[in-house]
Amino acid sequence: MNTTDPVIVTEALTRTFTSRKQTVEAVRGLDLEIRRGELVALLGPNGAGKSTTLRMLTTLLAPTSGGARVAGFDVVDAQAAVRGAIGYVGQGNGAGHQQHGRDELVSQGRAHGLSRRDARARADELIADLGLASVSDRKVATLSGGQRRRLDIAMGLVHRPEVLFLDEPSTGLDPQNRANLQAQVERLHAETGNTIVLTTHYLEEADALAERVVVIDHGRVIADDSAYRLKSGLGDRITLAFADVSGAEVAATRAARLPGADVTRDGSRVVARIAHGNELVGALVHDLHGAGHAPVGIEVARPTLDDVFLELTGRSLREANESPTAQDENDDSREGAAA
Amino acid sequence: MSTIVSAGSTARTERPAPPSTARRAALGRIAADTINVMSRELRPVWHEPASVLFAMVQPLVFLGLFAPLLPDSHGSALQWFVPGIVAMTCLMGASFTGAGLMDEMVTGSHERMLVSPLSRSSLLLGRAFKETVPMLMQTAIILAVATPFSFDLHPVGVLVGVAMLALFSIGVASMSYALGLASDGQPWLFWTVQQTVIFPLLLLAGVLLPLDGGPGWLRWLSDLNPLKYVVQAVRELFAGSWHADVIAQGFAGGLVIAALGLWIGVRGMQRS
Repeated sequence: MNTTDPVIVTEALTRTFTSRKQTVEAVRGLDLEIRRGELVALLGPNGAGKSTTLRMLTTLLAPTSGGARVAGFDVVDAQAAVRGAIGYVGQGNGAGHQQHGRDELVSQGRAHGLSRRDARARADELIADLGLASVSDRKVATLSGGQRRRLDIAMGLVHRPEVLFLDEPSTGLDPQNRANLQAQVERLHAETGNTIVLTTHYLEEADALAERVVVIDHGRVIADDSAYRLKSGLGDRITLAFADVSGAEVAATRAARLPGADVTRDGSRVVARIAHGNELVGALVHDLHGAGHAPVGIEVARPTLDDVFLELTGRSLREANESPTAQDENDDSREGAAA
Repeated sequence: MSTIVSAGSTARTERPAPPSTARRAALGRIAADTINVMSRELRPVWHEPASVLFAMVQPLVFLGLFAPLLPDSHGSALQWFVPGIVAMTCLMGASFTGAGLMDEMVTGSHERMLVSPLSRSSLLLGRAFKETVPMLMQTAIILAVATPFSFDLHPVGVLVGVAMLALFSIGVASMSYALGLASDGQPWLFWTVQQTVIFPLLLLAGVLLPLDGGPGWLRWLSDLNPLKYVVQAVRELFAGSWHADVIAQGFAGGLVIAALGLWIGVRGMQRS
């Protein structure tokens, strides 16, 4: 097993939807290569095409043009082989609400060709591993959101898939359960070394979890790198507040001398975006103090992925999530189910 | 290809095989998948057996409040009425069953199964065959309720009649699943179609009242209704009489519904 060979390759992967005589390009010519063992987040606002991409990679939706191979199999010509090799945790609950969790795990194992005995043993293992012992023999409908999500993940892992897909795994969870889920995903990745691809519109999640963040907007990849490198290209944001405008003017002039600094002044406040600003701010403040203009307030903010998204698209991710394109994804998924 | 599958994965490997062996393996897999789906569908029935009563509410109301109004002109009215009520229960139960699939489409477990290696046909077949179990339980309840009154139980005839009704249930259940898939998460669409179809089908099968005295156009319509032949044959069989032509017509009606239903259902599932 070569750890660098690609486990997912897409070539000009495209999907369009036609609704009310309007053609919407949900995914436009996506070229993506994901290597074995990577933990990748597809990040983008609602309607960006993340879920449509995932639905094509998991054989739920046929590409309009272009293609993809997952675990070595073509997603159109070798659907059965792809399905056997992947685990999929969708936006809904994998376990039926009228069923018991343990039964669903066994049945899923059987679906993947495990013997009855192996399927039972695997279910026990996952129940213990994901802390589901107290609820695995209860009706799924009676479980809490966090418990159901853990069960969904267990369902996706029954057959030890080479690639695990998680579609917006933490949507609808409270912050504590979200953190819990992220810890589970990180642990899984560390223990199994399997490839994990997840979609999210939470920046914090992509930032905390993924080694690699693929930013998608309007069906295209607009950035693809580690969260650290995506952010470090932007620099830190230093905000200095002064008692008067003249202090701010001096500070703006001096900050502008720093290499690569992008400085704006708003009354008695100065905002400077500078690479490694956290290291430079000490000298800058010392300098200003010596000049008789000590700032009355200092704030250094490390860049967030939201800043990255803003830089790339001119919109903040939060704005984009609330924009009308959010409607598109709803339409997409409905048509996706009908297709 | 094989190196990728063997990389810690328990996925089914695909090896080239002679066509006949490959076909047998494929059929074996569909059978195993169908049994998997069917036993999964049956679990909620074992956990809550009383749930089968849901489809029986209306038939039992008719049995209790409508049957006593029928004249005992051709022998026991109950003997004539009970087979129709059993058929009505089959029709109700089987036609409701697509709603369960719609719930699973909304909550996500249907999608999970679509991404699993379970074949599309088995997702439909397992569900359709499952319908025979609640149908048997319901029939047993109705017969247990009716037998102490003026209804004679002819066990062999009942068994053959039940086999015929099982075919009918499988076909109706398949159509109900196809309707559930086509309604695509819009319950009003499902229930509107289900309700619109079910009562004309029941009335035109002569379940509640004999059609003999009806106008010609009504009898003509009922001749086109496969359920009519099933109900007629089940009446014969439940009464312990064995008219070969009536029974053959009944099985033909059941088979037509089963074949049509499975064809529509499997096609619907393969497209999802």
